[in-house]
Amino acid sequence: MTKAAALLLAGSLALAACASDEESSSASGGSGGSGGGEDLKIGLAFDTGGRGDQSFNDSAVAGVEAAIEELGGEVQELSPNDDASNRGELLTQLAEAGYNPVIAVGFNYDEVIAEVAPQFPDTTFAQVDGSNADGAKGDNVTGLLFAEEQGSFLAGVAAALKTETNNVGFVGGVESPLIEKFQAGFAAGAEAVNPDVEVQVQYLSPAGDFSGFGDPQKGKLVAQGMYQNGADIVFHAAGGSGEGVFEAAVEAGKRAIGVDSDQYLTAPADQQAVIMTSMLKRVDNAVQAFIKAYAEGEVEGATDVTNDLSTGGVGLSTSGGYIDDIADQIEEFEQQILDGEITVPTTP
Amino acid sequence: MTALRRLGTSLAAPALAVVVALVITTLVIVLIGQNPLTALQVLVDFGDTPAQQTQAIVVILNRAVPLFLAGLAVSVAFRMGLFNIGVEGQYRMATVVAAGVGAAVVLPGPLHVLLIMVVAMAVGALWAGIVAVLKVTRGVSEVISSIMLNFIALGTASFLLTGPLRGSPEGASIITTERLPASAQFPALNGLFGALGLAQPRGQLFGFLLVAVVVGIVVSVLLKRTRFGFDLRATGLSPSAATASGIDARRMVVKTMLISGAIAGLIGLPDLLGRTYSFGTEFTAGLGFLGIAVALLGRNSPLGIAFAALLFAFLDRAAVPLQFADIPASVVTIIQGTIVLSVVIANEVSRQVTKRRAGRQSGQATPPAADATGPAGTRIDARQEAGA
Repeated sequence: MTKAAALLLAGSLALAACASDEESSSASGGSGGSGGGEDLKIGLAFDTGGRGDQSFNDSAVAGVEAAIEELGGEVQELSPNDDASNRGELLTQLAEAGYNPVIAVGFNYDEVIAEVAPQFPDTTFAQVDGSNADGAKGDNVTGLLFAEEQGSFLAGVAAALKTETNNVGFVGGVESPLIEKFQAGFAAGAEAVNPDVEVQVQYLSPAGDFSGFGDPQKGKLVAQGMYQNGADIVFHAAGGSGEGVFEAAVEAGKRAIGVDSDQYLTAPADQQAVIMTSMLKRVDNAVQAFIKAYAEGEVEGATDVTNDLSTGGVGLSTSGGYIDDIADQIEEFEQQILDGEITVPTTP
Repeated sequence: MTALRRLGTSLAAPALAVVVALVITTLVIVLIGQNPLTALQVLVDFGDTPAQQTQAIVVILNRAVPLFLAGLAVSVAFRMGLFNIGVEGQYRMATVVAAGVGAAVVLPGPLHVLLIMVVAMAVGALWAGIVAVLKVTRGVSEVISSIMLNFIALGTASFLLTGPLRGSPEGASIITTERLPASAQFPALNGLFGALGLAQPRGQLFGFLLVAVVVGIVVSVLLKRTRFGFDLRATGLSPSAATASGIDARRMVVKTMLISGAIAGLIGLPDLLGRTYSFGTEFTAGLGFLGIAVALLGRNSPLGIAFAALLFAFLDRAAVPLQFADIPASVVTIIQGTIVLSVVIANEVSRQVTKRRAGRQSGQATPPAADATGPAGTRIDARQEAGA
């Protein structure tokens, strides 16, 4: 009985699908294979979280859109499935469909891009947050890297200058090497201002469990704990979970620091009052610059483009004006980093 | 006459479920302003060139193998009335340990693969065994303990990965275990395409497909043709009746969970032995939970689960092409969700219908046989007695 049921189930689905096959041929418009002249066909493969994360996926989209505005062309965006097991398919299908350049967002593409890129030598790839300085991923892959620790250092400086309780917090999304860079920079910055400052550190999920980037409840809980333990400023590098950190800050009447994009601009009014600044990671600029370089034929491949303080790839936002009074001191530290007087650690 | 009728109701249920799922999905696609026919066309369009078409088949099969194993692991426990939600944790623990052991030893080819499989099954069984022991000795509901153990497994796997089993260099953004040597890599089945005269796909077809088939057959035989399988199903149907007829319910709980966990231990291996060759932070997670849906859809029979896994994989494949057609990939998740929900509801409805009919026909005679394949979820109250 069960067998028959399963057969019928599969069969009827296939039938239904076939029945509609003929009628709908006119309905599928979209992107034809033949490239329209010199127009750019940009492929964009997101990391888990996908479009609408108010974080770096969206930032990458902004970069692509800015590039298209400037250079013309079109973009095909692809999000992975929930468990991101089809990352490889995203890249291959973009490359197969003739998209060039293909941009992968996130360090999770590390292994996949190394597999796919060599199969499509004529396609130019870029990976946000992934290094290819040694060319191990293929000659046609460019890594778009960020000196998160430098921007986080300045966030730490701002927090240490502004704290009244001499106690600040860091909420990391997932305990991974990338987020540890934020933590290391933040702690170093805070201690550079005041060696006695207490930095509370907590991660929302362990390595391998990416739920920490999309769990506002947990973010709120952890931030609440930090505020109760005496922190008055909490910096988050936790993607979508940061929402909860801001909520906790509003309820506690304390302050928070945003990450990646200028989160003051997208926050509701009550949260704008507590978002002191945001550590900017200008994925949009990096992506836009890469596409521009590609259009001008200047992409070498097998290299990294590092976006740090000197290129404006990382920094602090000033929306809201909460850190205007300490702008001079922040600039001083920034200059010291630029001059090489301060080397910011990348591991805690 | 009655047999024919019974067949009718059992077929009507899944057919109804599919119709309902299609209607709901169509409505959703229309609501978001897209053409549902385009979506259906994308679902069945495997590509233009022969290589693309075989590649689509590879993608579907490669996805179906772990889903099938996950569904099988869940279903074995289901059949006995145990709700093993811990498959997720069991396969994560099993995969990370198996990856570590596999990278640490040197053995000739087949033995190496075999060792990794044995280790994975042993770890999965052990992890599930904790749930069983808690249940039979302390009466802890396996639902609660297996969920809790999932969190512990995640944390422990993460500790093992970042600590003792770490193989990736310091500073690498993805942390992985040491890469498995060539002798531990399961050969791909791509020769099959050549033998069948089909175009070579670009990807590799998991050789682990064969193992999955064997495991499916073994479980099928075990459940249907052995004393143990009879005891298991009997306990699942009526714990009190089974106990009365001399089946040791406690021992059955332990054995069943061990088997369920051992199968769960295999879930990560297709990927580990056929593609990634190491366990890392970005290793596919969530298969254990998908397995519950697959088992429900497959009505707990190995063949049904195979179809369910293939159906899920078939739908999953469309996630990428759908986006090329400007339809969000979440449509796939919606279809899968509605199908499972509809199947569960339809099963329950058909069960009620059969029950009522049987009651009407023969007064208080034998209970309806349709119960044997009823959804496990409907017996949650009955199995509470099993462990008590």
